[in-house]
Amino acid sequence: MSNDSKTNLNRREFFSYVVVGWTMFTAAIAGMASLAFRFSYPNVNFEPEMDFLAGMPGDYPAGVDERWKNSFGVWMVKQDGKLVALSNICTHLGCIPNWLAAELKFKCPCHGSGYYMSGINFEGPAPRPLERYKIMLLADGKIKIDKTKVYRQEKGEWDNKESYLEV
Amino acid sequence: MSDKGIADKVRETQVWKSIFRHGPPSNARNRAAIVAGNVFLHLHPIKLKKSGVQLGYTWCMGGLTFFIFLALTVTGLLLMFYYRPTAEYAYTDIIALREHVPLGIMRELHRWGAHAMVITVWLHMFRVFMTGSYKPPREFNWGIGVILLVLTLLLSFTGYLLPWDQLAIWAITVGSNMAKATPFMGHGGPGAMLAQIGDFVMVSNKNDVRFQLLGGRFVGEPALLRFYILHCVFIPLVVGVLIAVHFWRVRKDGGISAPL
Repeated sequence: MSNDSKTNLNRREFFSYVVVGWTMFTAAIAGMASLAFRFSYPNVNFEPEMDFLAGMPGDYPAGVDERWKNSFGVWMVKQDGKLVALSNICTHLGCIPNWLAAELKFKCPCHGSGYYMSGINFEGPAPRPLERYKIMLLADGKIKIDKTKVYRQEKGEWDNKESYLEV
Repeated sequence: MSDKGIADKVRETQVWKSIFRHGPPSNARNRAAIVAGNVFLHLHPIKLKKSGVQLGYTWCMGGLTFFIFLALTVTGLLLMFYYRPTAEYAYTDIIALREHVPLGIMRELHRWGAHAMVITVWLHMFRVFMTGSYKPPREFNWGIGVILLVLTLLLSFTGYLLPWDQLAIWAITVGSNMAKATPFMGHGGPGAMLAQIGDFVMVSNKNDVRFQLLGGRFVGEPALLRFYILHCVFIPLVVGVLIAVHFWRVRKDGGISAPL
């Protein structure tokens, strides 16, 4: 008779074990799922930084300079007394246009979008101009470009003082 | 002397009986047991209506899709012996598969098969729609089929990057930019603007769903490795499980497509 009270569960105890068991199981699965999610975002990746120092304003001749194109995806464009950091990502579907110096335009090889030197689109399927990145002059006279902040012409953001340097 | 033929004698050996645990298919009971007792055939209905397997009715499109899936599995497995998913080797390995390896057509078989599977899976869906085979009790299996269609397209998409040529890189750049527009989870999508507290951007190109897909902010070597694993392991495993469910439900929902 003592055997009954020691080992046999009554209905209420049985269900409390079931609830605890399933709760722990669900928590373990949810924990593993969130770990797997976090696992897919590495702590370090070996892509270029989102901001970089771009030398002195005097380093750039008038027109389009491609020295940061491959490393940071930025064209330095000096025109009409302004120096801007232009994104090299096509606003159509995200390919990388080429600067055609002979024709004075950016031309995207994917679907033929064309942009003037200023970044304004004029041909092909591109719906809006290239974006500008934040550009600033540090105290030591060097240029710093911050790609986390973009300025869009169609939103009127190219009037923003952070979107160009006066040179 | 025994009047048994050689076939009967073979059937009485222990080896035969250990493999085939039922009698010859000479009566309805044995024929049913052959299907029900076989691990591959047991997903199949035990009995089929003759009208249900008419080519003019089914086009055999589901079966063709499955056949092509198997062919792609075999050719893909063979290609894996020569292909290394790294920026340094991927493109040259693809060239080598044509120039340095016997049966240079193997990669083309895999590519043509991929195109064919997308076509047959659409035609299968079209046939099921036109014959009304999505209606109860088959509506759950229609849902499984839609997921399988999407997974087929994802297999095509992930395989697209692996040749690592200009077409592949820019096609995946354009394609993966769609992930950027995912609501709340993509940094260019609706809702991403809301998740911004002052200057602190919660959904950026470093932590959104596109980054998770590519393993980076743009299509680079981590993207190649991720797409390779998705293409060769992850998606085929999920597809395999869902195909089993799909076939099982065909049986449980009343067999291939004849009116119930």
